[in-house]
Amino acid sequence: MTDFVSLLTTRHAYVLFVLLSTIGLYMLIANENLVKKIIGVNMFQTGIFLFFVSSAYRVGGSAPIVEDGGGPYVSPLPQVIVLTAIVVGISLTAVGLALSIRLYSEYGTLRADALREVIGDE
Amino acid sequence: MSDTLLALLVTVPLVAAIFPLLVGLRVDDAGWPIAMAGSLAVVGLAGSLASTIYTAGPEGQRLIHELAGYPAPYGIELVGDGLSALIALLIGVVAVAVLVYDRSVDRPDAFYSGYLLLTGGLLGMTLTGDLFNLFVFLEIVGLVTYALVAAGDGGEAAYGALKYLFLGTVGASLYLIGVGYALVATGSLNMLDLQTRLAEVGYTDPLVQASFGFILVGFMLKIAVFPLHTWQPDAYTHAPDTVSAFISALVSTTAAYALIRIAFDVFTVDFFAANPLIADTVVLIASISIVVGSLLAATQTEVKRVFAYSSVAQFGMVVVAVGLNSRTALFGAVIHLIGHGLMKATLFMGAGTLSSAYGASTIADYAGLAKRAPYTGGAIAVTGLALVGIPPSIGLLGKWYIGLGAVESGTWSVAIVIFVSTLLSLSYVYQLIEALYFTPLEEPTGGESTADGAVDHATMADSAVADGGHAGRIAPERVAVVALLAVSTVVLFASVGLFDAMLDPVFGRFFQ
Repeated sequence: MTDFVSLLTTRHAYVLFVLLSTIGLYMLIANENLVKKIIGVNMFQTGIFLFFVSSAYRVGGSAPIVEDGGGPYVSPLPQVIVLTAIVVGISLTAVGLALSIRLYSEYGTLRADALREVIGDE
Repeated sequence: MSDTLLALLVTVPLVAAIFPLLVGLRVDDAGWPIAMAGSLAVVGLAGSLASTIYTAGPEGQRLIHELAGYPAPYGIELVGDGLSALIALLIGVVAVAVLVYDRSVDRPDAFYSGYLLLTGGLLGMTLTGDLFNLFVFLEIVGLVTYALVAAGDGGEAAYGALKYLFLGTVGASLYLIGVGYALVATGSLNMLDLQTRLAEVGYTDPLVQASFGFILVGFMLKIAVFPLHTWQPDAYTHAPDTVSAFISALVSTTAAYALIRIAFDVFTVDFFAANPLIADTVVLIASISIVVGSLLAATQTEVKRVFAYSSVAQFGMVVVAVGLNSRTALFGAVIHLIGHGLMKATLFMGAGTLSSAYGASTIADYAGLAKRAPYTGGAIAVTGLALVGIPPSIGLLGKWYIGLGAVESGTWSVAIVIFVSTLLSLSYVYQLIEALYFTPLEEPTGGESTADGAVDHATMADSAVADGGHAGRIAPERVAVVALLAVSTVVLFASVGLFDAMLDPVFGRFFQ
């Protein structure tokens, strides 16, 4: 029990990472609305970004602009990774939404189950 | 000196991707020539990379290029060795072949930009020596693939692309989590650097194990291993024929290459030796994929779906070799990776040729078509038999060495699974050949033999023209390129020595 409490108090960012990612993944799988599925994907990725950023954190660390006598610094590498991954995530969202719009104009629905029925997907 | 080749291989197609759109503002029909020039440049560069490595002494068989001059492990490296040179060459050859096939189709300039972007992304995945850089290229490839799949007609293509997008994104994100764990465990992203640092952390460390687990599942989604394959038949079936041929030959192939690279160059065989459970799980999942993929392929009626499910089985064979921890099996896996790429490109282009000329998309539609399209039909038959593994063909080589490796390492069950899958693949290829050669030709004036063949001839001709062909007439360059690739799958049977010379130093490093 105390282990669990100390996990929540000291590693809350990682707990949040697991929660966000699994909720996002669940939304992607269980929700039939295409736009909500895309939101789920975004949430899943946001969880991963949180993991990267919090892994870079260190107590008392300052921004990694190196000068004499400065430091300690937080690790800049995961932050660069997250910046790049955000760009990738936005492009994915854009493509996903564009495809949803095309599906909507073609079939008049955004529900995946209705689409499966129309298209006859197995 | 020659290591700039690596940088050029990635940047030439990426930069060239701008020009179809840019030149297209002023000039009509500029997309195809530019894409062709870019692809030919890739073939030339990949060829000289391969010959440099082939002729180099034991010392020079690994080229390293530090991007922007930042030294590793801080900067990003491009690394070329025998394995990546072979894959790069495959990418170049297939890119040119598919473009030749695509000559008779009128496409918007953006299509050709996407085509070059995809080629560049695949080459980036092949040559990069950095885990996060690999993620970026993986997503470039993914994004462009979704867009190109959606270039197909109708809502089905968009639906297939969106399904692919959801699963592909999850796959890439899981890979990213795996990379994150590796980064937390070691503080490095460079593949060569990680190799030593992961060994220092210890292969039984939960963080390292979890890292490999996430990377493995991520790639299995991208490779389309059963049960994570569900995006693949839809994407391949509804994409334009050109795109089906290109992505079926290259996209999963490059993901499988990346899995092999990471499994053996980053985690190394010692990791599998320390975690036999992980190795066994890989073998088990891949074996199931081989059997189920073959079964599903044998029960399909639509030709493109048959080929799509067949890919699930073939990639199962490649992934099985990762878990077997045998040098022979891995040698077979790389040959099968290249052979499968060539065979699937040929089969999808052959199927596309027949469907645009005669509107044939199901096995029943193929009845007697070999009489009308003797060369294309012959090429499909030859390549189909190569896929089964009838000698002499590159399909046999790959399966043979994977099976041999399984027997050598005492995993008889895998050899049996491969044998069963071969019988099943014989059954679906035989159906095709029977329809092509031994079923009487339907008279074109009468109705077609299937229900949807009830469309009258005029509509069929229209849709065929819209798809780029001319009803009943096949563009000669299509026949030429399909036949040439079909011959290559047979001729490459004699190339074991060449593969061995390229791969031996790489595998020497993998299995020290």
